[in-house]
Amino acid sequence: MTSPHPIAAIMGILLVVLSFSAMLIWVERRLLALWQDRYGPNRVGPFGLLQVLADMIKIFTKEDWIPPFADKAVFVIAPMIVMVTVLLSFAVVPFAPGIIVMDPNIALLFFLGMSSLGVYSIVLAGWSSDSKYSLLGGMRAAAQMISYEVFMSLSLMGVVLLAGSFRLTAIVEAQKGLWFVVPQFLGFALFLIAGVAEARRLPFDLPEAEAELVAGFHSEYSGMKFGMFFVGEYLGIILISSMITVLFFGGWLGPWLPPIVWFAIKMFAFICFFILLRASLPRLRFDQLMSWGWKTMLPLALVNLLVTGAIVLAWK
Amino acid sequence: MWSLIRTIWNVLLHTFHKRVTIQYPEEKAYLAPRTRGRIILSRDPDGGERCVACYLCAVACPVDCIALQATEDANERRYPEFFRINFSRCIFCGYCEDACPTYAIQLTPDFEMGEYNRQNLVYEKEDLLIDGPGKYPGYNFWRVCGEQIAGADQGEAENQAPPVDLRSLMP
Repeated sequence: MTSPHPIAAIMGILLVVLSFSAMLIWVERRLLALWQDRYGPNRVGPFGLLQVLADMIKIFTKEDWIPPFADKAVFVIAPMIVMVTVLLSFAVVPFAPGIIVMDPNIALLFFLGMSSLGVYSIVLAGWSSDSKYSLLGGMRAAAQMISYEVFMSLSLMGVVLLAGSFRLTAIVEAQKGLWFVVPQFLGFALFLIAGVAEARRLPFDLPEAEAELVAGFHSEYSGMKFGMFFVGEYLGIILISSMITVLFFGGWLGPWLPPIVWFAIKMFAFICFFILLRASLPRLRFDQLMSWGWKTMLPLALVNLLVTGAIVLAWK
Repeated sequence: MWSLIRTIWNVLLHTFHKRVTIQYPEEKAYLAPRTRGRIILSRDPDGGERCVACYLCAVACPVDCIALQATEDANERRYPEFFRINFSRCIFCGYCEDACPTYAIQLTPDFEMGEYNRQNLVYEKEDLLIDGPGKYPGYNFWRVCGEQIAGADQGEAENQAPPVDLRSLMP
């Protein structure tokens, strides 16, 4: 079911995803402004759309500075890892029938593995910067990502049980009758929370925590290396929104409109929800975050898996 | 948990709220009539300069942004030879206006004086002097002060009786 022209699919998905993640900077600022009764950027171009271009020019012309005390090689590699891992995950996302780079039978595991690898970027960035704020951010990232990774994977196993496959296209096809959000509502809620934590977005942006840690793991970064973290974060939002759409909201399925449009609508709704979360919720304290993850979320995910397994077993 | 969901919902409702931003260059905020902005020097109703170069404004100024030099004209009337306000220092506190004995120096509700070159913020007398009396239309210092100068003899001021003629016997 993969694309007949893989190179074209790769280039197209890369182009669309990267430019959309840049546009998200504008979308986020406008939406935050809307919910705070402001306007946001509305001066550059129509509706302020060219603000993105101005920001890009600005960030490209900034000095690309490596602090003399930093571990240079790791410092340079760290921002690339976040981009590479997130972009690799997009290879298995089925945007629509035919618009998918590869469709392996372990697509879901591939996605989980790649998002786990993304933690390295944050931890290495915090470590190689050799500054205490960066290091604190990196440590928090390590603890947060590892603990949220666990129940993120577990919350998805219910979906896998119902669909009977790790293949994402098969999971979408299995939702022809009923979207998995209905039988797997608990799994959906858990994955949503874990996804927000995985994308390091408020209320789980502790690695960054600009109120306490300057800018957390990317305190020492500037220029395009900072830009890569920035774009990587937005790519992460797109990825998690796409995965929620694929796993729980029937992917491209929907009446009348073409499949890709349905996918885009659903994905964009979740992106807006991510931004709404940022607009409304305060950041958690670190110990609250950890105890919430291990003491509430993990048991709930296990219960969800057990009950789903029992029902599926009884049904068949 | 419930409070979190309610918070998210309330923030979502802000989609339909009116925005508080004033789109500044196109629409402007209301400025009170006595807003303290750009400083001017006014003239009396006769068209003469009100400023008598007493230096009180320069003394009152907390940031020392006013500089002037007093001199006298042919009618023995004091006036500033130059009068300079450095608006890059001015904090628009209005103390100069309070200190002025002749209502000459006044603050106006105009604040749009941005410049690219800092030197352009130093205003000279010809930049400061306006053609009207400002906030006090009828006031003419030289008509009420009782000071004797050429052209305004004793007894010619407002509410001032003519001087008593000591040699006359008439009551």
